[in-house]
Amino acid sequence: MIPTPHRRRSLTVAAAAAATGLLLSACAGGGSGASDGGGSPSPTGEPVAGGDLTFAITVDSHCIDPQQVGNNDAIAAARQTVASLTAQDPESGEILPWLAESWEVNDDASSYTFHLRDDATYADGTPIDAESVKTNFDAIVALGATASLGSQYLVGYEGTTVTDPQTLTVDFAAPSAQFLQATSTFSLGLLAPSSADLSVEDRCAGKFVGSGPFSVKSYTQDQEIVLEKVAGYAWGSEANDHQGEAYLDTVTFKVIPEASVRSGSLQSGQIDATAAISTVDLPQFDGNGFWLEYRANPGVVFNLFPNESSPLAGDEAVRTAILKGIDREQIADTVLSEQDEPATGVLSHSTPLYESVADELAYDPEGAKKILDDAGWVEGADGVREKDGQKLSTTVTFWQVPEPLELVQQQLAQIGVDLQLQHVTVAESQAITESGDFDFDYYNLTRSDPDVLRTIFSANARNINQRDAEEVDDLLDASAAATDPAERQELVTEASRLLVQKGHAIPVYELSTIIAAADTVHGLTFEASSRLDFYDAWVTQG
Amino acid sequence: MGRYVLRRAGQGLFVLWAAFTISFFVLYLLPSDPAALMASGGGEADQVDPALLDALRAQYGLDRPVLVQYGDALWHALRLDFGTSYSSGAPATQLVLQALPETLKLTAAALVLAVVAGAGIAIASTFPRATWLRHALASLPPLGVALPPFWLGLLLLQWLSFQLPVFPAIGNEGAISLVLPAITLAVPASAALAQVLARSLRGTLDEPYVETARAKGASRARVHFGHALRNAAIPALTVLGVLVGGLLGGTVVTETVFSRAGLGRLTVTSVDAQDIPVVQAVVVLSALVFVVVTLVVDLLYPLLDPRIDARQKAVAA
Repeated sequence: MIPTPHRRRSLTVAAAAAATGLLLSACAGGGSGASDGGGSPSPTGEPVAGGDLTFAITVDSHCIDPQQVGNNDAIAAARQTVASLTAQDPESGEILPWLAESWEVNDDASSYTFHLRDDATYADGTPIDAESVKTNFDAIVALGATASLGSQYLVGYEGTTVTDPQTLTVDFAAPSAQFLQATSTFSLGLLAPSSADLSVEDRCAGKFVGSGPFSVKSYTQDQEIVLEKVAGYAWGSEANDHQGEAYLDTVTFKVIPEASVRSGSLQSGQIDATAAISTVDLPQFDGNGFWLEYRANPGVVFNLFPNESSPLAGDEAVRTAILKGIDREQIADTVLSEQDEPATGVLSHSTPLYESVADELAYDPEGAKKILDDAGWVEGADGVREKDGQKLSTTVTFWQVPEPLELVQQQLAQIGVDLQLQHVTVAESQAITESGDFDFDYYNLTRSDPDVLRTIFSANARNINQRDAEEVDDLLDASAAATDPAERQELVTEASRLLVQKGHAIPVYELSTIIAAADTVHGLTFEASSRLDFYDAWVTQG
Repeated sequence: MGRYVLRRAGQGLFVLWAAFTISFFVLYLLPSDPAALMASGGGEADQVDPALLDALRAQYGLDRPVLVQYGDALWHALRLDFGTSYSSGAPATQLVLQALPETLKLTAAALVLAVVAGAGIAIASTFPRATWLRHALASLPPLGVALPPFWLGLLLLQWLSFQLPVFPAIGNEGAISLVLPAITLAVPASAALAQVLARSLRGTLDEPYVETARAKGASRARVHFGHALRNAAIPALTVLGVLVGGLLGGTVVTETVFSRAGLGRLTVTSVDAQDIPVVQAVVVLSALVFVVVTLVVDLLYPLLDPRIDARQKAVAA
């Protein structure tokens, strides 16, 4: 067989992929290859019903109950099995009707009344009524920490009052402006009342009855999750492109842990799409019979979070110098994929009420040096600054890919700051965060509501900085009670700016979720939280 | 013989207990907290309520003193109850038993391949008259031992799945999906086996009794297969026992590369999630397999060479 140019190319790329996997190369070198162009997301055409889609995920976390899962791969499957009270427009961030046709919020955002549509049912045919919504919320609160995300959205939950079959009111002990957006997430997606009685085991194993366009057909641990469309589903949200049943007959999520195998499987047509192609392999799927689509994850971008109860991270001069000493453009240009962008604030640009504070994040090594000089940190013989016999040497704890932080480390060395990278497992990093025994923590957080700022930074909430309350906390706490969009916008932007100015947050870059798919796949899109939405997806057949 | 088996069973129980105990304390001493991990929702939760966390710890008994947890776990383990998986809520024993058949299929296929290929190469590298051919064949096993299974697996995938769509790259569907992972697992095992068997064959062929047999007019093939191979098989059998353990351990890499469900994958996911009950169940089961295989191998010696008495060997060991 004479290799066609296409085949030869894929062979080279595939060999490169294998080699990368082998060497576990420290240099990602993403985004360096010139794009072929021609990759057109969601090619046009008339959607056709029928067909099957196979999608690769990286890990099976052994649970696909939408009310319990937190892992992105599990969410990809779980999201499709439940409908929510509301939906969120991915473009505007606006909250739209889904199972609830309309709603009212009281003045201090502590009481929410929802009016349900009267024709929706769970997958087993039982009606989605107000009583069943109450059962869901009560069950999530009862699950507690096992429902890690949902129970957090319901902090301060006082109860649900059912007025009539189509009307219910949810009350909170304190203002909770984030709740409306939370009702659009999979974590508060609705399961049939019978599912509330199932054991955690059965729920995890997918034996629940959902309300979404797909239901669980089978779930084989560490292997695959098969969803099938729910016949008669007719209550799609306004955030989607069509009404009625989903187009696809089945969606199969195959667990493929190894990155180069995912690439090879997509290339050879053994899977149709995935959201987990490694940075080096991405250019190969931009065109050539494939397309890429990406969306920045809303919420808090990858940040260095200072623990201000530690001596070095507690020093504002050190924090602000680090903030100015990071060249975010260089990080985005060299070690990230083309789709990831430098941070322009604590929140990513896909978050509702986001406003850029990029001016505060400009690369300014001279300014950083001056701050440290003024604070009495003088350069030592080895280039690391010192003050009163203490070296300006600090640590950051993280479990994610190390390349961006390795570059940050080099950049900070140029202003005399020694940043030690402490690469740990996910489990360890959780324990370290929990113990509060660290200088800088590093992660991102996906949430399509600016309230995420309050929950992690406010001295009255999680207080990731371990600091005393100050001006910014008033702004953050007020934002939780603000129902007027203009007022909330002002509070959020002001808080974002203050967090950065004081070095409470040191944003680095925005992570994007990137779909790579064969040209036969259409309409596979992101919902507002950059979670995958298979409802509008269809495949070319034949 | 009966007493010997009893004593070996006793030793086996001790190994099981030691594996359980060591793994328990190693997992306990790891610098992380399974409850925090569960409550964090894979890192997506931005606020973990300490009260909820405490409730979770209480629910799984993680708030008790370590020795009480250990005693309780051991007492249950004696009845093959390793507790409930933290991530899925299913009994750990059930999860392991679900994953086991897939891994057994894979290791059994790999073992058969390894024995056939290993013995084949060993015989082929000692039998031919042409010195150059024997040397060439003798250089194969060191090469096979040196190949990293991870790399080999990816290479096979590139050739036989992505380039030529002969075998599926992923999944556990039927015998066809077993071929590539079994080869990947079998290559280093067959190489190790071939190395030992070939060396032992060469040694045996120099023995005086072989000379005697030749002098009596036995054919080359008769000497090789009838006399030498049988005696040379004993060290190879010992290696085979160790290889079974190695194959089981090798499934961690192979099942990951080939996206197969099985014990190896279950182990990886459970260690990542600090799912202690599941990890414990896997550890004890692996130790059990090892104990049984070693015992079987030892009991096979006398069958191969009647001069070996199991009891004597036990005393010497």
